[in-house]
Amino acid sequence: MDLPIFWFCLLAGLWSAYFLLEGFDFGVGMLLPFLPRNERERGAMFQTIGPVWDGNEVWLVIAGAGTFAAFPAWYGAMFSGFYLALLLLLFFLIIRVVSFEWREKSESAGWRAVWLWANAVGSFGASLIWGVGLSNLLYGLPLDSNGDFSGTFWDLFSGYTVLGGVTVVLLFAFHGSTYLTLRTTGDLCERAAAAARRLSVIAALAVAGFFSWTVAVAVDRNDKDVFPPILPAALGIAAVALAVLLVFARRSGWAFVMTAFAACLWVATVFTSLYPRVMVSSPDFGNSLTVDGASSAHYTLVLMTVVAAFFVPLVLLYQGWTYHVFRARVGGDEVETPPPAPASGGS
Amino acid sequence: MTVASTVVDLARAQFATTSIYHFLFVPLTLGLGPITAVFQTLWYRTKDEKWLRLTRFFGTLFLINFAIGVATGLVQEFEFGMNWSVYARFVGDVFGAPLAVEGLAAFALEATFLGLWIFGWDRLSPRLHLATLWIAVAGTWLSAYFILVANSWMQHPVGYKIVDGEAQLTSVWALLSNNFALRAYLHTILAGLIFGSIIVLGVACWHFLRGHDVDLFRNAAKVALIFAVPATFLQLIVGNRFGEAVTSQQSMKIAASEAQWTTCQPCSFSLFQIGGFSEDDETPGFSITVPRLLSYMATGSFDGQVQGLTELQRQEELKYGPGNYMPNIRVIYWSMRVMAFAGVLMFLVAALGAWLYWKKKLERARWFHRTALVAIALPYIAATAGWILTEMGRQPWIVQGLLKTSEANSPSVSTTWLGISLGVFITLYVVLLVVDFVLMRRYARPDLPAQEEMPAPAVSY
Repeated sequence: MDLPIFWFCLLAGLWSAYFLLEGFDFGVGMLLPFLPRNERERGAMFQTIGPVWDGNEVWLVIAGAGTFAAFPAWYGAMFSGFYLALLLLLFFLIIRVVSFEWREKSESAGWRAVWLWANAVGSFGASLIWGVGLSNLLYGLPLDSNGDFSGTFWDLFSGYTVLGGVTVVLLFAFHGSTYLTLRTTGDLCERAAAAARRLSVIAALAVAGFFSWTVAVAVDRNDKDVFPPILPAALGIAAVALAVLLVFARRSGWAFVMTAFAACLWVATVFTSLYPRVMVSSPDFGNSLTVDGASSAHYTLVLMTVVAAFFVPLVLLYQGWTYHVFRARVGGDEVETPPPAPASGGS
Repeated sequence: MTVASTVVDLARAQFATTSIYHFLFVPLTLGLGPITAVFQTLWYRTKDEKWLRLTRFFGTLFLINFAIGVATGLVQEFEFGMNWSVYARFVGDVFGAPLAVEGLAAFALEATFLGLWIFGWDRLSPRLHLATLWIAVAGTWLSAYFILVANSWMQHPVGYKIVDGEAQLTSVWALLSNNFALRAYLHTILAGLIFGSIIVLGVACWHFLRGHDVDLFRNAAKVALIFAVPATFLQLIVGNRFGEAVTSQQSMKIAASEAQWTTCQPCSFSLFQIGGFSEDDETPGFSITVPRLLSYMATGSFDGQVQGLTELQRQEELKYGPGNYMPNIRVIYWSMRVMAFAGVLMFLVAALGAWLYWKKKLERARWFHRTALVAIALPYIAATAGWILTEMGRQPWIVQGLLKTSEANSPSVSTTWLGISLGVFITLYVVLLVVDFVLMRRYARPDLPAQEEMPAPAVSY
């Protein structure tokens, strides 16, 4: 396999890791206004993702910088073309990031509500934009012969891309609810399971519709055959269908595995449908960016491959350990035993 | 003003705003992290509760600050592509690599291990828990290195060749050992330690002033001074050596920072001047100068030659064609002085504090408490001026000698889009700054009522 193709696949892997992990963070965030009944439960929900969300967001930094290093032309065209969408995305991510640290800094109910909603709105908005954005890579945007975007903000929205956004929102909400069933106890866990059941069918329908449509778009607009894009699409649809059955059978562990697969298979479907292009140009199909045309030179790709071969497994290893450390469920019912806390410096 | 130049100006304004803002939070993270880790290490070693209280107290300030650093760091990574797509295509092969390595090798460490530290108080052994903080700190220090490797390549490109109008990396070793990067790194790490120690000292003095928990904060002040005195002193030397590197690699920047129009040997250093900032007015109306000092600062010798702006401009025109190759002289001259004067002031504050501590007068010298409290502003002023000097001093280049800023922006991004984004960033950042300031003040203040005591981080969410 030559290096540009390897990096195209590796980026699919990095984006999958990001959406698998931050997908459930976003899901938990979107459910924040709806699941908990009291302050203790709200705190518990925050605590299920509190120790890990920043580690999860690392994969976005890695995938973004990896695109910059391995495919500079793709990075430049994508980030400048999606300018206003990314501005919104940054806005949503920022209000969400600070909400984690700031919410608990005051007891006031109004203050806490503001940051809870900041997290919820941020999670919802970011999921929506990721869905619309990735769909546009395949659906095609007007690019000029330099690979620069030549359209308007509204070109980002079509029936297909909007369905992409909605599907990703539903999939992440579902993924977040299955995560919560594994990480909480008592009443809160019951309600998370009920939410998972309610979300499962509609998320599965959306995924089925959107993934099928993606294969059709790949054929129509990106000059692809039905195979191979149909393979990850079908697997993705099978994964959410199984997840529906599993949440109703109350096998929450396996249901979470299936929603995680579905998040990864979304990325796999998009990337398989894209190859050998990385960004489809429409209407001037000839201006599309390709894997070979957008990639860095051999030396940089070799260097980055060595770096990735060492660090990706290492990061996975210590992040895996983090999940092991925080494996204990958090409850809405009982108060956590505080550590032997002496008075703080401000007493 | 043409539309094209308006777009570039707006994009520059936005990048300057977001990076200066980002760098209000980064250096405090670089410095407060290790100081907090020292407190926790002292607690681990001595089991003396006062160190645990200081760990908790300053750890909370560290985390409030860290949150914005993370949030605004993402903006920086996105902006290279959003606003500077031509630049991104031109440099991606070289510049993208250190950014990607930063994510994989450094940011992953700090983000993951800080999560472990915040929530791990009752889940990890004290030894392991302490280790998570040190690993996170190591992550922040590594992170700074890779970011500065990337930035230094813009100041002094090394280890590359130009193929089809785009830069290609030819030597990763040259990139990582760029002498510009190594000096910038040392300069930045010292800046971080100065931020951390000056702020810990200022907060401690605030508590002395109110007579609050004096015994506890005397320990904090002591640790802060142990960092502050050598860091502020070394920074004066390192900053000077950094200037030498700039002289050999970015002569125009040095000449501009001195408003030195004519080539001189030996050269006197201008401490203050009125006028002398434009070609029509090369001689200042009033100035205070120190003989031979500029020669020493720029070249390491009291007899060194410093090339003047007029001559450099002529050389650059010969090399790159007609055009203006001078940055904004007035801004560069003053940013250099603001940075240097603030640096000297911080050294004086640290030295005075140490002397008072040694004389056992630190808790009673109220005039010094007020001084130290005001001095909290100094590292912020110095760092901002330093980056203005570094980045505006490089103009008109975005990559020194290779690509001009005016040719590097995203062609697809219109003035309307830029207007919207600049408005959004400014509004959002102002709100964040206000909230951050209120929270920092609240958690640092001496009259924290008992019910508002910081909860143990492990159960704080």
